Amino acid sequence: MMGAASEKSGLIVRGLTTTFDTPRGQAIAAADVDFDVAPGEVVGLVGESGSGKSVTLRSIMRLIREPGHVSGRVEWRGRDLVAMPAEELRKVRGGEIAMIFQEPMTALNPVLPVGVQIEENLVAHTTLSARDRKARALELMNIVGIPAAERRLQEYPHQFSGGMRQRAMIAIALACSPKLLLADEPTTALDVTIQDQILKLLLDLRDRLSMSVVLVTHDLGVVAATCDRMAVMYAGRIVETGTVADVFRQPHHPYTRGLLGSVPRSGAARTVLQSIEGTPPSLTNLPEGCAFHPRCSFATERCLKERPPLETVGAPGRAAACFHHSQVAAAEAIL
Amino acid sequence: MNATLPILSIDGISKRFAGPYSLTRRLQGKPPLAVQALRDVTLEIHRGETLGIVGESGCGKSTLARCLVRLHEPDGGAIRFEGEDIARLRGGERRAFNRRVQMIFQDPYGSLNPRMTVQQILGEALSVHRMRPKAEIPNRIAELLELVRLPQDAAARYPHEFSGGQRQRIGIARALAVEPDVIVADELVSALDVSVQAQVVNLLLQLQERLHLTVVFVAHDLRLVRHISHRVAVMYLGQVVEVSTSEALFTAPRHPYSKALLDAAPELDPSRRSRTVAARGELPSPLDVPPGCAFASRCPHAFDRCRIERPLLTPRGHGQLAACHIEDFGAPPAQ
Repeated sequence: MMGAASEKSGLIVRGLTTTFDTPRGQAIAAADVDFDVAPGEVVGLVGESGSGKSVTLRSIMRLIREPGHVSGRVEWRGRDLVAMPAEELRKVRGGEIAMIFQEPMTALNPVLPVGVQIEENLVAHTTLSARDRKARALELMNIVGIPAAERRLQEYPHQFSGGMRQRAMIAIALACSPKLLLADEPTTALDVTIQDQILKLLLDLRDRLSMSVVLVTHDLGVVAATCDRMAVMYAGRIVETGTVADVFRQPHHPYTRGLLGSVPRSGAARTVLQSIEGTPPSLTNLPEGCAFHPRCSFATERCLKERPPLETVGAPGRAAACFHHSQVAAAEAIL
Repeated sequence: MNATLPILSIDGISKRFAGPYSLTRRLQGKPPLAVQALRDVTLEIHRGETLGIVGESGCGKSTLARCLVRLHEPDGGAIRFEGEDIARLRGGERRAFNRRVQMIFQDPYGSLNPRMTVQQILGEALSVHRMRPKAEIPNRIAELLELVRLPQDAAARYPHEFSGGQRQRIGIARALAVEPDVIVADELVSALDVSVQAQVVNLLLQLQERLHLTVVFVAHDLRLVRHISHRVAVMYLGQVVEVSTSEALFTAPRHPYSKALLDAAPELDPSRRSRTVAARGELPSPLDVPPGCAFASRCPHAFDRCRIERPLLTPRGHGQLAACHIEDFGAPPAQ
């Protein structure tokens, strides 16, 4: 549990569980996810493929379709998004809460000019006149740094480069000045210099519009460079949370530790990386006890039978789901 | 190592891919559109080293890798393997070259025949090149599986039964089956999760030591390239802009693009954040490469000469080469 968020205006997620019925049994994509996002804060959700990070993000916006099922509570400004009637939710989506996706080419409509797609959002959520909408669209293009905005508004997504498409998608998301931006791997498809531009744009926008951001990524470098706090996910559960500085300095969960060790770093050329043996488990067939135990070097008898709860370790807002967290924390530093 | 003949030398190769010749261009009397994928690339690869080739998408790194194994024929220039021009090899010599220079592809899903078992995949490589008499093939397959640390029962299974990391190991085993001298690995681990990436990278490092392989490691991930390469070539828009030892490149890059690429890669240390953008703008279209330096439109140091005259790759001391008109760019201050 992350305690740092204030109760009133942020996002509070409690016990969020998303399951999918598959022919091979029920897949638990996200289980008992708890986290908070304070106003103006950037929270990173990190994990590998299948860890449940994207599903968690989509569940917040209720973008899970059949055979998926979402339960738990997602409190946004005192209202529960999970129980909210669909009509009301439509006002929140794209208005107070906006979302951007990994693949801007599939998220944008290929047969509508970008300008029309920005204005669509304004039509849905504001009472602006046609002229004001146009002016706002132009302003948004400038905010996200698309040059020659007037001409670009008339163009179609395929005429944009990958980086520019992502900027256009951010412009659409920002149209109604959201208070929370959910970003699902927004830079994964981009080259590193363009990723750098987009991440810095997101941080600038956060400052200018004082919005909160939930950033889903598999890249620890992105988290280190942009987030205030982070939650590490494994097999559908949060296994560790804390401020980015704390987690990187002293991981308390063996998975976080392994993940940090897997990334090559400077000054250690051609040495063996501390990889994690094995592969992540199948979500329809999770191991008993702690889901990480088959790959864990700290595992004991207890880990095979009992699942460790996410418990506060040390400072408030710092939590780990491991019976041996103090041993993990005490192990030799890997940074 | 530098004193001996390089095992592979790339001598001013270029490669263009022609686009469709549209009716309008025909009527206007213009030549067909063509992508200049490689422009006058010169590089040497020494026996036993790992040469990393980095760059963003569209820089020509994969085309270069494919030229090395003769999947593409360059339009100009020559590639020499132990002094012999590979384009002139015929018959038995060509087959020997094909055996001694092996490629491993990025996509472990697409590069293995889904209807062949691992045994058939490896056996095919062994029998095509007549590596072993028929009776010894099963033993050799067992040896290869051991080498890449796959279980022995893997032999009878099909590629879809393996995870991404295991499939990449099958790809490695297939390349190693024919006892090559050079491995060309194109984005070997970029489709894999971080923790699995580390396992495959470790395997590659160990195999290289054990089998005295020369490795050409093509990747877009700078951290990874720094970790495994002895020397690194940085490419931008079809040209090599800098060649250097791994250490020198990462401590003192001598080309503004190399520096931008380094600055843009998110640092794993949350305390070393920066809010300045590493490189503004985007890659110019490869259909219409500007005259002069390809990076001039994005370079903060560009001056008039950069827009007119193309800088050549020239020595900068300590085996470092860079293609920049500012010869003392990144040089340590004079004593």
